[in-house]
Amino acid sequence: MKPPPFGYSRPESVADALATLARLGPDGKVLAGGQSLLPILSMRLAAPHHLVDINRLSELGYVRVEGGDVRVGALARHAQVLADLPARAAQPLLGKALRLVAHATIRNRGTTVGSIVHADPSGEMTAVLALLGGTVRVATTAGERDVPARDFFVGPLESAVQPGELAVSATFPVLPPRAGTAFVEVARRNGDYAVCGVGALVELDADGAVSSARTAYLSVSPTPLVLDLTDAIGSEPDFAAAAVAAREQVEPEPDIHASADYRRHLAGVLTERALREAHAEALERSGRD
Amino acid sequence: MTDELFDVRLVVNGAAHDVRVPARRLLSDTLRHDLQLTGTHVGCEHGVCGACTVLVGGAPMRSCLLLTVSMDGAAITTVEGLTEADGALSAVQQAFVDCHGLQCGFCTPGFLTTITAGLRANPDPTEEQARELIGGNLCRCTGYQNIVRSVLRAAELQRERAAT
Repeated sequence: MKPPPFGYSRPESVADALATLARLGPDGKVLAGGQSLLPILSMRLAAPHHLVDINRLSELGYVRVEGGDVRVGALARHAQVLADLPARAAQPLLGKALRLVAHATIRNRGTTVGSIVHADPSGEMTAVLALLGGTVRVATTAGERDVPARDFFVGPLESAVQPGELAVSATFPVLPPRAGTAFVEVARRNGDYAVCGVGALVELDADGAVSSARTAYLSVSPTPLVLDLTDAIGSEPDFAAAAVAAREQVEPEPDIHASADYRRHLAGVLTERALREAHAEALERSGRD
Repeated sequence: MTDELFDVRLVVNGAAHDVRVPARRLLSDTLRHDLQLTGTHVGCEHGVCGACTVLVGGAPMRSCLLLTVSMDGAAITTVEGLTEADGALSAVQQAFVDCHGLQCGFCTPGFLTTITAGLRANPDPTEEQARELIGGNLCRCTGYQNIVRSVLRAAELQRERAAT
């Protein structure tokens, strides 16, 4: 359980980091919080040639609300985002999901952008980015590009970040008016990866009818799955019908923790629970509770 | 591949240490092997069990999930650094004695560091908050009831000590 040998650089600025990553190309691997990367190295599931440690890039350690987005820099730890009251007020789903990311001890070191780039389909923050339709800003020595969430997750543990690139920030759109969110999951133990998890975003029109109901799923698909359940839930709203629609659309795989059938069952139960909670919050925020 | 060596300075329990390590050296191994501070225990070595938890700048982190080279300049507190200046047991340590909060003792260093930091953030936890606080630490003797009692007793002891 020791990592294999690798080269190591610790740039002091983003410009330095980008030059180093450009030089290394496919041999370079970014180390941010390392709370997923270090276990992978210790179990020797990967053996990158050279680590580029970005922990000195304090210029990326920010959380801010700008325009219609919460923007999180690549060195903002989960704990820092969770403690940021303006960001959580602007997009309450951030706090609801971050509380479920591993344990407080892991959140003290792990970064939110790092967990998104890690692209684990069991990761809460990948699902949050997908559900909200956020973006990831990726930089090279040549410039920056913004990748929308739907194009960012390529496969399990595979993101759109290319060799030589550094993800410098992610954006999460703020919660619109007359909208509510929820994040619920079932894990075998407190803080474990979820057997299944569901994030929900419900929006109401001016008359209080559901105008949009979307859900995102953990651990039931190779990349974060987002479902539009607006038609299924109807204007009534019929949460049980939405749960049936969700069960029909997820395609979970069995593994050591749960059978595919159990995961499908959980997807239905948690869909109903998350949509109810999000809908109640949307009513409350519309002054209709 | 020959490991390149890096000079790293760590401030552990208030004392500066200079070590020369390969980039892949885990902080848990540096503490135990290079600095002979064997109070920090290594259980799973992939961030699940919490036995190796130390405080970095006061915040609990898994020392098996940190590269020593990345921690250059960091202030680290291990279980050896939790006692009072006069060598007396800290409130958290005393509470574990009072409440039989340990059996085999393997997981104890990680619990003590985690709870020390947790009570700084929340000096008066409810029982539910005490359970949440230790949710990331495993005790294979399964002595959790007494560990939860120890958290609450430590909070009580801290208040008593502050009042005297």
